[in-house]
Amino acid sequence: MSANLLAFFYLISGVLFILALRGLSSPETSRQGNFYGIVGMALAIGVTIISVGDLSSSFIYLIVALLIGGSIGAFIAFKIPMTAMPELVAGFHSLVGLAAVFVAISAYLNPGVFNLGTPGDIKIASLIEMSLGAAIGAITFTGSIIAFLKLRGIMSGSPITFPGQHILNLVLGILLIGLISYLCINQLDSLFWTIILISFLVGILIIIPIGGADMPVVISMLNSYSGWAAAGIGFTLENTALIITGALVGSSGAILSYIMCKGMNRSFFNVILGGWGATEEQTSSSSKEQKPVKSGNADDAAFLMKNASSVIIVPGYGMAVAQAQHALREMVDALKKNGVKVNYAIHPVAGRMPGHMNVLLAEANVPYDEVFELEEINNDFANCDVAYVIGANDVTNPVAKTDPQSPIYGMPILDVEKSKSVLFVKRSLSPGYAGIDNDLFYRDNTLMLFADAKKMTEEILKNLD
Amino acid sequence: MEIDPFIFRVSIFILSIFVGYYVVWSVTPSLHTPLMSVTNAISSVIIVGAIIAALSGEPGKIFEISNLFGYAAIILAAVNIFGGFLVTQRMLAMYKKKKRDKK
Repeated sequence: MSANLLAFFYLISGVLFILALRGLSSPETSRQGNFYGIVGMALAIGVTIISVGDLSSSFIYLIVALLIGGSIGAFIAFKIPMTAMPELVAGFHSLVGLAAVFVAISAYLNPGVFNLGTPGDIKIASLIEMSLGAAIGAITFTGSIIAFLKLRGIMSGSPITFPGQHILNLVLGILLIGLISYLCINQLDSLFWTIILISFLVGILIIIPIGGADMPVVISMLNSYSGWAAAGIGFTLENTALIITGALVGSSGAILSYIMCKGMNRSFFNVILGGWGATEEQTSSSSKEQKPVKSGNADDAAFLMKNASSVIIVPGYGMAVAQAQHALREMVDALKKNGVKVNYAIHPVAGRMPGHMNVLLAEANVPYDEVFELEEINNDFANCDVAYVIGANDVTNPVAKTDPQSPIYGMPILDVEKSKSVLFVKRSLSPGYAGIDNDLFYRDNTLMLFADAKKMTEEILKNLD
Repeated sequence: MEIDPFIFRVSIFILSIFVGYYVVWSVTPSLHTPLMSVTNAISSVIIVGAIIAALSGEPGKIFEISNLFGYAAIILAAVNIFGGFLVTQRMLAMYKKKKRDKK
């Protein structure tokens, strides 16, 4: 196959990938989009295999490698529970990162294959692209591993900080740039390996200070990195499909990070430099005295909701932890039978990754046209009888609007307190991740339901019958 | 004067960032999780580099170190491609407008 024809096919696959993302603009077109993506991928792999030409000896090993990876991937895809999506995505990001590192290593060891020169005499431009691709890939790899461990609960979600942390990161970053420049001057193998090792270290160091609830930003950011790593390798290999895809994925992750930061009213750097915020916040809350709260049981909750004309459900990470989405949907079905109008309100940073709550509700068969984003539904709280807050906390805290001293001041929140009554399912009065006391607990129109989210929802359902 | 092909690649790269920017902003927020899993799957198109790396070499020397890194990268990328597209498919299948059957 001529190089021109090959490049043309790669371009087609790049376009198909664009269509795959385009399809996600609405749930109806999304499945079609995913199909385009699969076709694009099959095309890219197919033409690459054909282009290599003589396959007699090693073709079988290629198939074996594809089968091993493919069956592991398929197995995971079918087995993974929807609540584990954040750690799955983090895990997948780490694989893209490591694959980028491996391809870069391979290109460095045997540059002739990719027309980059000979070992020890690689084109300067290729060296820069290759080492950038490898470095970003390595950062993505270890960073995603840490994110995976934190999300999975194997590692504590609390920020790990030590003095001089930011300075150390800065020094390592500058060192990386220095090493890459030096590598271009004298192509020492040891320099290339050092670049990769330091990048592995940087990946760990930049993720450990970031706390559990900032994970939506971290996952989006790593998503973006994996794209830039792919683009870097794409430049090295002069491959259009990779360059297009890298740019798409890179900007996609960046946009998601931006949306997540905006949802918390924090700057990107504030999240990345992490750590500080969480510790400051804890001290401010401990000084508060106990205030009276009203607490109730499932019976009271069922009574309130049955007699309401409209209810808005506010789900959060706690719902995911308790796996309460199915019970919740059953409760909502029972309410609808009683003629109650029910909608769902989702805060941009609810959960541990962008869109986390939407997927869980979709899993529980909640029609997506009953699920609304913050801007769409926030005005409706004033006209709603009951807000049922299940597993959310900080995103409902009115303090964000009233107290300029509060660390979450300015964060867009769901105006839950405006509804006639608030049912707040929570295991205890402990503050949320941010360590901030939620004003909502002490409001007259709030009834606290102290229980596990799933158990409480099931009990309310029983009382509704 | 001839233009370096590198400039063309940079052009493609920059324009793709803009395409990505506008396409991703049009993605509905409720599909942000599938967006992440599908971008993850397509970024594994890095497998084309891995395939070239794995299959290169003279007859009789098909398992040089550079080939082995290629094969390892193929496995990693294949996990992502299959895993990413299938899990996206699984998620998207759950987004229905009105539930037709009540379980």
